[in-house]
Amino acid sequence: MSEIAKPISRREWLMSDRPQSRMQARLGRAYLIWSRFASNRLAVIGLGIIFALVLVALFAPLLAPHSPVAGDLRNARLLPPGGDYWLGTDDQGRDILSRLIYGSRLTLYVVVLVAIIAAPIGLLVGTIAGYAGGWVDAILMRLTDIFLAFPKLILALALVAALGPGIENAVIAIAVTSWPPYARIARAETLTVRNSDYIAAVQLMGASPMRIVLRHIMPLCLSSLIVRVTLDMAGIILVAAGLGFLGLGAQPPLPEWGAMIASGRRFIMDQWWVAAAPGFAILIVSLGFNLLGDGLRDALDPRGNNQ
Amino acid sequence: MSALLTVKDLRVQFPTRTGVVDAVRGVSFTLGRERLGIVGESGSGKSQTGRAIMGLTPHHAKITADTLNFDGMDLLDISAKERRSLRGNRIAMILQDPKYSLNPVMSIGRQIVETLRTHEKVSKAEARKRALDMLAAVQIRDPERVFNLHPHEVSGGMGQRAMIAMMLVTGPELLIADEPTSALDVTVQLDVLRILDNLVRDRGMGLIFISHDLRLVSSFCDRVIVMYAGRIVEEIAAVDLKNAKHPYTRGLMNCMPQIGTDRHPLPVLDRKPEWAA
Amino acid sequence: MNNLQVAALSVENLEVKYDRFRALRGVSLDVQQGESFGLVGESGSGKSTLLRAVAGLAPVTGGAITVNGKTLGSSRTKAFYREVQMVFQDPYGSLHPRQTVDRLLLEPLVVHGFADIEKRILRALDEVGLGSSFRFRYSHQLSGGQRQRVAIARALILEPSILLLDEPTSALDASVQAEVLNLLEQIRRDRKLTFLMVSHDLAVVTHMCDRLMVMQNGAEVERLSATDLARHVVKEDYTRNLLLASEGFVRPEASI
Repeated sequence: MSEIAKPISRREWLMSDRPQSRMQARLGRAYLIWSRFASNRLAVIGLGIIFALVLVALFAPLLAPHSPVAGDLRNARLLPPGGDYWLGTDDQGRDILSRLIYGSRLTLYVVVLVAIIAAPIGLLVGTIAGYAGGWVDAILMRLTDIFLAFPKLILALALVAALGPGIENAVIAIAVTSWPPYARIARAETLTVRNSDYIAAVQLMGASPMRIVLRHIMPLCLSSLIVRVTLDMAGIILVAAGLGFLGLGAQPPLPEWGAMIASGRRFIMDQWWVAAAPGFAILIVSLGFNLLGDGLRDALDPRGNNQ
Repeated sequence: MSALLTVKDLRVQFPTRTGVVDAVRGVSFTLGRERLGIVGESGSGKSQTGRAIMGLTPHHAKITADTLNFDGMDLLDISAKERRSLRGNRIAMILQDPKYSLNPVMSIGRQIVETLRTHEKVSKAEARKRALDMLAAVQIRDPERVFNLHPHEVSGGMGQRAMIAMMLVTGPELLIADEPTSALDVTVQLDVLRILDNLVRDRGMGLIFISHDLRLVSSFCDRVIVMYAGRIVEEIAAVDLKNAKHPYTRGLMNCMPQIGTDRHPLPVLDRKPEWAA
Repeated sequence: MNNLQVAALSVENLEVKYDRFRALRGVSLDVQQGESFGLVGESGSGKSTLLRAVAGLAPVTGGAITVNGKTLGSSRTKAFYREVQMVFQDPYGSLHPRQTVDRLLLEPLVVHGFADIEKRILRALDEVGLGSSFRFRYSHQLSGGQRQRVAIARALILEPSILLLDEPTSALDASVQAEVLNLLEQIRRDRKLTFLMVSHDLAVVTHMCDRLMVMQNGAEVERLSATDLARHVVKEDYTRNLLLASEGFVRPEASI
């Protein structure tokens, strides 16, 4: 055919209805999702915020003007924003901006670890329960119900109290408390597809139940799970901050945002910036994750594909 | 001549990410108080034609027409409010699946009463009586019982009858039926058609019957419009369909298996690009 | 009929129950090797349930299913799926929405440990008239007829001897239906397949099948040959009604 002779733009190659290779098909799909995502301005802003957070965390030593842990107690206690200290200093004479910059590493660390631990557990439990049904479903779902019966923060508190304070234990505690909703979502998705003809067709190939769950059902649950995890990120940050605030998360002198608010609480009337700056950082990052999650929902929603 | 509906050069366009899709490309026909069939395959624009007349085209689509005249009114000119009061009152539409067009949480009787009372000032008792009469008119044996049932409690055929009752209770002059029987079993299908047939004849309505089923349309309608790729390729009296001229119409007639004829393989449609031109 | 040959598929007094609902009430039938057998009925007649029961997708509560002389237990083996495959009614619902045609055809080959995967995929696509340019498309990039061809290719790739067809063309346009029916007939001839086909359309069934069974409410109404049906030699009123209805609308003459 003469198509090969004609030079085609990269966009046309990606949007092609007749991909020539596995790679092209996959890239075309990714491009479609990206173009849907990119048409949503708020989502792009959200992505920008998260991207900025990652950059700040990566280059913290280069960006921070001062040390995040060592303060100038003699000259720079509770200075208001301005001059040498853009966001002021705290009661230990430490630069708040530098602490925020280094604190972004802790925030990312918590969020990413929790997502990596909790999402796969939830996905696996939910899809297996949904596909197997019967007593397997009953046992797995009652187990998730037990976890769901307690408020997240209370359960995390209890776990941290048992494991001992510290950022690793906070991550474990948050992860253990956040998988049940994912299991619920994955199970609900699984129930809607398990009786579909395309799953029946895979059963008729003689594929084992595990193979069906892992290779055919899980990919379908993934997009709604990604959306939910992204939207939960804000909540995770808040729980981490809450644990930090209560002194059960990151331990001083680590510049964890929640712990920073806790220490600023004492001067909130007179030196408002000590608590406000980390509070604002939490707000911005939570907002970023929420916007990103909303955008992902619109871009990944399989119902949008059918139009 | 007293045409009920005059359509001249109707076009429906959908803007999409990859460009404009022309769903209907210049359709013209007139309808009197008769049964007109619109036949075509999926994507032929037959449903979009019906929806454009009804005013149910999605907002982002663009509708243009030289004339879209219903009983002296230009449908594209009148206000949204006038259009709304026309819809369901003087123009009614029956859709394929009653499950999607009936409100699942309201009883069938109440839906009919609501429809009636949004268009006419009638007392509750009067509306109820007319709803029951209408249910009886679509040959529902026990109207009182069905009146209080919810859509999920009735069979597909019964649901479609209820839908017809709801649409016809205001006494419309034009009825657009979009695949009204495709979701039904063949025997039920014929019952529903018989009811439609009687109502159209007794009330002197104009009927536009949209379907993919050429055999059904040709046996039910007076006149048939065959659509292909957004255009009318042939307009023909139903009785003359066997002598259709256009190769597409003939192809559609031929490619269906028929009981009693032994054709292996079946003749297939050889689509010519000039049909869509 | 010749009894020396083992029936390709025989069903005896099959019962299927969904919760408390008896979807099949003791249905029996025999399909000979290479024969094409049709099941006709309206919704709720149990015709699709019978097909799904054979495929192991419906809860069988009684009776026996025998495939090529082997009586099946409650679970199906891999060997069974190499003998029996199925094509579903809705081409939009039977292809995984996130998989390319390539992935769809690959899966059965991997599950059954075939070696010459590349060759088989290309041959399967070729056999259903799609060609290799369709290989890396997602199902949403295909038309209804093309999807059904992919579904047929997927069913054939394991080289079964029996094909279960659940209304394979009812969701398609008439012209596409003709193409798919022709394809199915050709494949049956080439591969000497046995068909068990379900349809609500009498014309399609008589076109495709040698013998057929009319079903209603999960039970058999009558069994007859396609030629008898074409000559209107039917015993039961129900069948006669179906036959009449399939001829289209007849306006009561008296009232005009």
